[in-house]
Amino acid sequence: MSRLLITGASIEGGAAADVLVVDGAIAEVGHDLDRSGAEVVDADGLVALPGLVDLHTHLREPGREDAETILTGSQAAAVGGYTAVLAMANTNPVTDTAEAAERVHALGQAAGVVDVHPVGSVTKGLAGEELSEIGLMARSKARVRVFSDDGRCVGNARVMRRALEYVKAFGGVISQHSQDTDLAGSASCCHEGELSGRLGLPGWPGVAEDVIVARDVMLARHTGSRVHVAHVSTAGSVEVLRWAKSQGIDVTAEVTPHHLLLTTDLLAGYDPTFKVNPPLRPAEDVEALRAALADGTIDAVATDHAPHARHDKEHAFVDAAFGMLGLETAVQVVAQVMVESGRMTWADLARVMSTTPARIAGLEGQGQGLVVGAPANLTLVDPSADVTVDRADSVSLSRNNPYHGRSFGASVRATFLRGRATVLDGTLV
Amino acid sequence: MKKHLLSVHDLSMDDVETLFATAAEMHDVQHRQVKKLPALRGRTVINLFFEDSTRTRSSFEIAGKWLSADTINITGKGSSASKGESLRDTVLTICAMGVDALVMRHSASGAALQVSQWVDAAVINAGDGTHEHPSQALLDAYTLQRYFEAKNLGPLEGKHVAIVGDLTHSRVFRSNVGLLTKLGARVTVVAPPTLMPSGVGPWSQDAGYATSYDLDEVLPTADAVMMLRVQKERMSGGFFPTGREYTVGYGLTRQRLSLLRQDVPILHPGPMNRGLEIAADAADAASSVVLDQVSAGVAVRMSILYHLLAGEGNEK
Repeated sequence: MSRLLITGASIEGGAAADVLVVDGAIAEVGHDLDRSGAEVVDADGLVALPGLVDLHTHLREPGREDAETILTGSQAAAVGGYTAVLAMANTNPVTDTAEAAERVHALGQAAGVVDVHPVGSVTKGLAGEELSEIGLMARSKARVRVFSDDGRCVGNARVMRRALEYVKAFGGVISQHSQDTDLAGSASCCHEGELSGRLGLPGWPGVAEDVIVARDVMLARHTGSRVHVAHVSTAGSVEVLRWAKSQGIDVTAEVTPHHLLLTTDLLAGYDPTFKVNPPLRPAEDVEALRAALADGTIDAVATDHAPHARHDKEHAFVDAAFGMLGLETAVQVVAQVMVESGRMTWADLARVMSTTPARIAGLEGQGQGLVVGAPANLTLVDPSADVTVDRADSVSLSRNNPYHGRSFGASVRATFLRGRATVLDGTLV
Repeated sequence: MKKHLLSVHDLSMDDVETLFATAAEMHDVQHRQVKKLPALRGRTVINLFFEDSTRTRSSFEIAGKWLSADTINITGKGSSASKGESLRDTVLTICAMGVDALVMRHSASGAALQVSQWVDAAVINAGDGTHEHPSQALLDAYTLQRYFEAKNLGPLEGKHVAIVGDLTHSRVFRSNVGLLTKLGARVTVVAPPTLMPSGVGPWSQDAGYATSYDLDEVLPTADAVMMLRVQKERMSGGFFPTGREYTVGYGLTRQRLSLLRQDVPILHPGPMNRGLEIAADAADAASSVVLDQVSAGVAVRMSILYHLLAGEGNEK
């Protein structure tokens, strides 16, 4: 029988208590718990949160193991306080068969640092035309429930409709990368607005996202199915979501930490580190996203962690790869923007970064909170840290970290996966 | 003067005056039988052109040669990304040969700025995508100044300059609007709404220039007219329906010439689409300064090379 005692942690930002973990599950939460035979972790001054769940991670394996592997991505997740991640399907080969999904799942289990749940593609090869083997992926050992062509939008309304209908059989969800490809041309590389006009960069306007979100919530209403909007980035999408939820349409949405903090102004120096899809938007959009996360219009935070080899970012801006790292910094960014600003509590952060994403993805044993009987997936965060991000410190294989040089007031000190420490004292075990 | 010339916004008023004063001296050299000056003897200038160019590349090449620099052209089509090499590797490889200045043309906006952060050589932006073309703006302003001087029309400051055409895709517009407003000219840019750059409303307010969809309304008060090249492939992008319709709305046609005072100079950065954005009557009018622009281009580029490579007090 293994016993772990975490002492003095503020439970989701509330009163301090001890948490006793026996054989990987939470056995008791209270005061002056029995220390005998227990490994003790002093969490005085730290906030205990349920292990974070990321709905949107790119682990790059198979295909681009020079940028990230399932192991290194899992490690980056653990360092960021995560105990489960959903690995996007846009690998090479694409996760569009049961075999591909099981392989990702098995590599995740072998790494053993976080639970890795593969996302299946909606269409074969992400081509947007024929449905992938969605049912076989759902029935596989990987038990795939989330399907997405992320990186590309399921642009064809007929295909999107069929996908939404099809996943109803097993309670699946389509996570849509909302981007009208006619409004976002192939050369588009940033938000279209005053800055892109000045810089001479081809951009795409926020409305390219809004129109797909609007179409998809209507399709969700028509099919009675569930749609999830990945990485919402515009005030327009927020308006549509607010309306859709008021109508009782079954829609959920996520926002990334970078869209909550960073604005399009950062592109003035043409640094491809800040090239991301959806693009960084103006401050008005960022404010709308913060408000929507606070009032529940946006349900969850997801990282869209997108590692890239250095040479794929050392091109001219329009030629460089889209995407930025996010797993290791997510909690500190969200804490700064939403908690330290007083807009949300730590309990709210636990909801949007753990409980709700676990529910959206249908994950058992994750996001259950610090309650007796739940698997001991939890993370300890120092809420009064003073840390400056250095991209060289990352455990990711990549260095496209948009927060390099920025300071934050929170940092992850420890992470436990079913009672086993994956991170202690802020470093990998 | 800064080490690199990436944008007209890198230049102070003093810098521009210095560049123009030297350009005027260089301009005189052009008319000598022996045109070579020893100023940059032993220096190496690479014209690194990732995008097709005839006039800008040869203008920089002549400018370098007349200053006795070793001037070498390297041209390559397409982005380095398509060849599997990063842009950084491409330019570091070239600069490792020992280069004093890189004159760079690239189809991507911002490429010259990025390269300037990677190499030791002075980088001269000879056109980056749809962003800037600072030497073009300098030669345009220089041409205008000389024209107004020669005709006793007073200084460029306070003059009303109309810039007409495909603003969205024009680096010439972006550099010109920056430099001309810096020099105190009043600028109005004219284009159909689909060819106005995104965010032009707040940008024009902030930068102090005017916008119009109506060329006929702007021309009567113009002191100079700059016509921009309109690429025919923009039609397929849906920016305007036909060339004929574009010409009727925004071309400098024979009829529109009557809206201009006779001494109003007509500029075009070339290559001209005669019959589309500019009629032959306008291109060949007595007030057309299109060829003066080309001639001034060499002098201005000699001045740029001279000040970035031989000038004193460079911020290295």
